Amino acid sequence: MIVQAICFYLFAAITVASGVMVIAARNPVHSVLFLILAFFNAAGLFVLAGAEFLALILVIVYVGAVAVLFLFVVMMLDINFVELRQGALQYLPVGALVGLVLLVELILVFGAWVAGPEVAQSIAAPLPLATNVTNTAALGQLLYTRYVYVFQASGMILLVAMVGAIVLTLRARTDVRKQDINVQVGRRRADTLEIVKVRPRQGV
Amino acid sequence: MDSLLREYLPILIFIGVAVALATVIVLASFLVARQNPDSEKLSPYECGFEPFADARSKFDVRFYLVSILFIIFDLEVAFLFPWAVSLGSIGLFGFWSMIVFLAVLTVGFIYEWKKGALEWE
Repeated sequence: MIVQAICFYLFAAITVASGVMVIAARNPVHSVLFLILAFFNAAGLFVLAGAEFLALILVIVYVGAVAVLFLFVVMMLDINFVELRQGALQYLPVGALVGLVLLVELILVFGAWVAGPEVAQSIAAPLPLATNVTNTAALGQLLYTRYVYVFQASGMILLVAMVGAIVLTLRARTDVRKQDINVQVGRRRADTLEIVKVRPRQGV
Repeated sequence: MDSLLREYLPILIFIGVAVALATVIVLASFLVARQNPDSEKLSPYECGFEPFADARSKFDVRFYLVSILFIIFDLEVAFLFPWAVSLGSIGLFGFWSMIVFLAVLTVGFIYEWKKGALEWE
């Protein structure tokens, strides 16, 4: 139990510290590396909360794909980051406002949890006990049947993301020559070849 | 809950060993090796030439397209894992709800295939 508490405080402290470093680091590449560290520690927190499937999905999707995309953008994009950083202070009020809203929401959630602890028993679909099924199976038993609309909505969101990415970034380049197999195979002898009888001393 | 966390104890120990080993190696190379820097040793290259320009340069937006499509299908596969584990207990309805989900994403897949988003020039 004591190990669990130590791990919780360690993961939480590293998550918060690396979150601060994401916005405080001078080099944007270091910012992304701190972001990856924050993701890993959040995964540790998920494991401590018993959500092992979410923890490993966080590692696979966020660390494996999203963070790599961020690194990709930061390392390759032609942006002057020093110039970008100088305007960072003027966004401080907006950032503080967002932080304040999140803080109020957290206080509301925590207050409701303290004021009415019996609410937790009356939620729509209590998760199966962890002793009966594994975490992944518990998710699967609820996600595809009880929360089917949310599940299908997530599919729609993925579809919209896919179409949006294609519409925004795909453009046909005209300055490259493409291979068209149909044209190559459909080429006939009469289209390209002409036999000319050349008499001696007369030229073509 | 405790038995679940106990299964993760070896991973915690491995992380601890990895962090400790990395710290020891970095510190040892810092302390044991001779540190005698001069301006030439600290220059970008000891031989050759200075880099001409910044390493960051503009590149084709097509790379983003490929990686975003990768992330989308990555998420799709992530939804398949709990479905496969709990397929025995969610019945025919759960089965078909996943099939509909996959069909929606297959529409997107056919769209990107036909648009030529998967092709490289």
